[in-house]
Amino acid sequence: MKEQIQALRAELEALFAQEEAARWTERQAYEHKMVYLGKTGSISALSKGMRDVPAEERPETGKLVGELRAWAEEKFTALEEEIRARALAEKIAGEKIDVTLPGKFAETGSVHPVTLVRRELIEIFSGMGFDVYEGPEIEKDYYNFQALNIPADHPARDMQDTFFVTEEFLLRSQTSSGQIRVMENKKPPIKVLSPGRVYRSDSDATHSPMFHQMEGLVVDKGITLNDLKGLLDEFARRMFTARTKTRLRPSYFPFTEPSVEVDLSCSACGGAGCRLCKGTGWIEVLGAGMVNRRVLENCGIDPDVYTGFAFGIGLERIAMIKYGIGDIRLLFEGDVRFLKQFRN
Amino acid sequence: MKVPFSWLKEYVEIDVTAQQLAEKLFSCGFEVEELTYVGAEIDRCVVGRIEKIEKHPDADKLKVCVLNCGQYGENIQIVTGAPNVAEGDVVPVALENSSLHGGVKIKKGKLRGVDSFGMLCSGQELGITDDWYPGAEVDGILQLDKDTPLGKDIKEVVGLDDYLFDISVTANRPDCQSVYGIAREVAAVLKKPLAALELQYTADPAFGTGERVSVTVEAPDLCPRYIAHYVRELKVAPSPLWMRRRLALCGLRGINNVVDITNYVLLELGQPMHAFDLKKVAQNKICVRRAAEGEKIVTLDEKEFTLTPENLVIADGGKPVALAGVMGGLNSGIGEETDELLFESAKFERANIRRTSRRLGQKSDSSARFEKGVDAYTTGVAINRALNLIEALGCGRIARDRFDICAAKMQPVVVKTSVSQINALLGIEVPKAEMRAILERLNFNVAVRGDALTVTAPAYREDVEGYPDLAEEVIRMYGYDHIEGTFLKNASVTQGGLTDAQAKEERTKAVLGGQGCSEIITYSFISPKDYARLRLEEEGKRAIRIRNPISEEMSVMRTTLAPSMLETLVRNIRRGNPAARLYELANVYLAKQLPLSEMPEERRTLCIGLYGAGEDFCTAKGAFEAFASAFGLCFAYAPAERPFLHPGKCAEVSCGGAAVGYIGELAPDLARDLSVEVPVYIGELDFAALAEKMGGQPQYVPLPKFPEVHRDLALVLAEEVPCAAAEAAIAEGCKYVTSVRLFDVYRSEQIGEGKKSMAFSVTFTPREKAIAPEDADGYVKRILKSLHEKLGAELR
Repeated sequence: MKEQIQALRAELEALFAQEEAARWTERQAYEHKMVYLGKTGSISALSKGMRDVPAEERPETGKLVGELRAWAEEKFTALEEEIRARALAEKIAGEKIDVTLPGKFAETGSVHPVTLVRRELIEIFSGMGFDVYEGPEIEKDYYNFQALNIPADHPARDMQDTFFVTEEFLLRSQTSSGQIRVMENKKPPIKVLSPGRVYRSDSDATHSPMFHQMEGLVVDKGITLNDLKGLLDEFARRMFTARTKTRLRPSYFPFTEPSVEVDLSCSACGGAGCRLCKGTGWIEVLGAGMVNRRVLENCGIDPDVYTGFAFGIGLERIAMIKYGIGDIRLLFEGDVRFLKQFRN
Repeated sequence: MKVPFSWLKEYVEIDVTAQQLAEKLFSCGFEVEELTYVGAEIDRCVVGRIEKIEKHPDADKLKVCVLNCGQYGENIQIVTGAPNVAEGDVVPVALENSSLHGGVKIKKGKLRGVDSFGMLCSGQELGITDDWYPGAEVDGILQLDKDTPLGKDIKEVVGLDDYLFDISVTANRPDCQSVYGIAREVAAVLKKPLAALELQYTADPAFGTGERVSVTVEAPDLCPRYIAHYVRELKVAPSPLWMRRRLALCGLRGINNVVDITNYVLLELGQPMHAFDLKKVAQNKICVRRAAEGEKIVTLDEKEFTLTPENLVIADGGKPVALAGVMGGLNSGIGEETDELLFESAKFERANIRRTSRRLGQKSDSSARFEKGVDAYTTGVAINRALNLIEALGCGRIARDRFDICAAKMQPVVVKTSVSQINALLGIEVPKAEMRAILERLNFNVAVRGDALTVTAPAYREDVEGYPDLAEEVIRMYGYDHIEGTFLKNASVTQGGLTDAQAKEERTKAVLGGQGCSEIITYSFISPKDYARLRLEEEGKRAIRIRNPISEEMSVMRTTLAPSMLETLVRNIRRGNPAARLYELANVYLAKQLPLSEMPEERRTLCIGLYGAGEDFCTAKGAFEAFASAFGLCFAYAPAERPFLHPGKCAEVSCGGAAVGYIGELAPDLARDLSVEVPVYIGELDFAALAEKMGGQPQYVPLPKFPEVHRDLALVLAEEVPCAAAEAAIAEGCKYVTSVRLFDVYRSEQIGEGKKSMAFSVTFTPREKAIAPEDADGYVKRILKSLHEKLGAELR
């Protein structure tokens, strides 16, 4: 029996020692293990053979068999672990990829720069309590002109070359027409933005026959020119930079009195003077003023009780300044190479 | 509005530079669009006397002159070819390295071997005419006065040493459409006195205007003031240099003293004047009346116009002799032989002049002023100024009286307000004394009683109506830099933001952006040809036309976004962009009837368009599906036809049973006509209708308690069975089916001619109890049976 034990141990040692053992698969290792440690394996056979061992030798022989089994199990376990580790390493090595390969995704579309500006303006002003009202583009002469204190054949009509559809209907030349429609239907306090398409018969690198404006209107008790300035200061800071300043200077619009042009300190040069601002340090961006008493009266609002201000911003102009677009026509051509530069 | 610096200085003692004045004017509301130095082109050109002339040794026509140019050299040799020079002549000399009119540069040079250190100049080379200096238009060297100081800059001699302000005057200030009007503002902003105009003249008691001519105004509504004054023993001659130079600075040519006086008064006071040769006025009658229907006039520029009662004319006993306020008639003007005239200074109603000028397409400096508005007060001032000049120029004898037919109210505007009311509008505290001083400098009369102000506007300020106008006068002079931002400190708190409909548009843009679609904005007006190109002529007839379009290309308001989308896609293709996915969310304009008599409907419409590798009908449709799914909408598609789409690749889109749009591939023949070689897909949806169907907030549906069961079915179907029919049949075959999704279509010989295999992934969602695999197998059997009965489908 002892000889058998020693022979088995020698056999196993030879098995583990051979180089091939290191290349076994997990399955092969298992099969080998079963030859010795399986139910019908040779070590199990030794245990069964204990019956034939004389009683006095049994304890010692039993111990030797036990030791052999423990030793063999340990060796097989170690071998299996080694094989698994090796297999994992091989798998990982085989799966190495080029991480600089391009990612796969559906390309996102872009939003038109005018929409970006419009969104930003609405965000700025809606936080201040402004509603958004979009009036009709094909408008009555009354709303575009007469109610805004521009009677028929008034020289102020020359300020905007207007497209007419009939005597009565025209393409609105300004979103100011929205002021009247809002004030006819709502009593103060009013804070409203009126964005949309407007039309003027004018076409070159800085003028388009169709463009977008956003009218702002505030009517309430005790509204002053100071409030207009404060609001526009806030707009300028948020739309451009915290250092952007506004400058008011006298102007004329029939529907505001006093009327002002509003210049912003040049965002490109910070006011030092550059090509964008033609060396002046200021860029004209919008017209504004205190709502003319006649306009309030036309809408049934008592000008002795309420005052207000209005301002009109050209969205293309803001977009062109903000994004450095030199030619307004690019905005309406829809070239994807242009569009894709304006992500959300 | 062009204003010479030197002319302003006649009325105001200006102690700032032209540049500083431009800034002052800018700050008080008069933007100087351009400030030009009149002699900017001329440099290093001075007065010189020809001391000696010798013949050129090698050229018969050349002369070698020695010039004395005072401080610039008393011995300057210049070779000239001009015939009209003699020793002792005083002439303009362009020194070496000088520049002349038109950018001409003069350098030292050799003419046939003789050194020449400059050039003698003609008037033309200085860019001047006889109006600037007598003899400037002769062919040869300009001959200056013999006593002109040598070495003096020529610009000072010929009147080029001046600045010209090109001032933008806002529509509310017609009183500033003149040199004197601007001078009033300059005086106010510089806080200097304003010189009064010379208005006196000597009237001849021997004769009156009414003895020579009768004047009537039959249309006082269109002519609120008409002044006519008779002048006789007229001596028509050139006007003096000082007057001609001023006219020339403002771009007008000198004609003769009478015409020049009318032009001068127009520039100085903004009042258009007219002079009638009384010999040419029939029956000694002047009548301001509406034209008879069909009456004709030939104006000074020899254009004939047929008039209507809308047009105002000045007529003599028989015919119109002037188109009132626009232009004189051809045969009533002043000529060399004129020896008596009638001066007209009138206020014509601006709207009527504007209308006449627009309708007839006839414009003049006069009509331009009248359109902006002339005040009745200045009408009276101007006639006196014109007569003053007649006398000053010694060109006629002036009648003792005049016609002054005035329907205009001449009362000045009085505004009752208060210091606090004006300050309340401005939001700052302008001190009372300051406010008063500003208004008085602007010629307002101010009466102060405590806080109360009674302010009388100057007669020429017809724009002033109420206290906000005064507030504007105060702040523009006090300075807008005094306005300090406050943040709506008195205003009520309001809740702002987008309406629900506006928010849906923003969400739509986000969804389409996620589908790789980029937003475009295109013009709302298109060409009738666009309708024709898409074979939509009938629809085009219902589009709203613009009466005065920029061009035919932009003349109708679109009723569909498709033409603009197609144009944009084609532009991208032609520019070599390999792919594009675009959308536009914009209005279409639908007239209820034409011509328009009520507000048309402006309907928000969504258009998508795409082309490029990998794009096909289904990817285009996918963009719609993504949009529908994001808003919980369910679109159905049915084969349809559109005139401009491929008849086999076009679907009508409906939602909840209502048609909401279409989608399809551009018809191959149209693509060929446009030289487009890749398939182009276009779809349009009635966004306004869909927005109403979009769900509001989501409602939670409990999750199924048991797992869903999936089965794949590969069916063999006849080619003509549409996918939607198979999907519907599967869904109807078992109540537990919650989703049917096609994942493969396959055709082969094995499957057979006229047949296709379609593979669907079917989802069964359990309700009360779990679905066991055997149950699912049973459902599939039932579905297959029903598919076979309805569509003849077989399991593959």
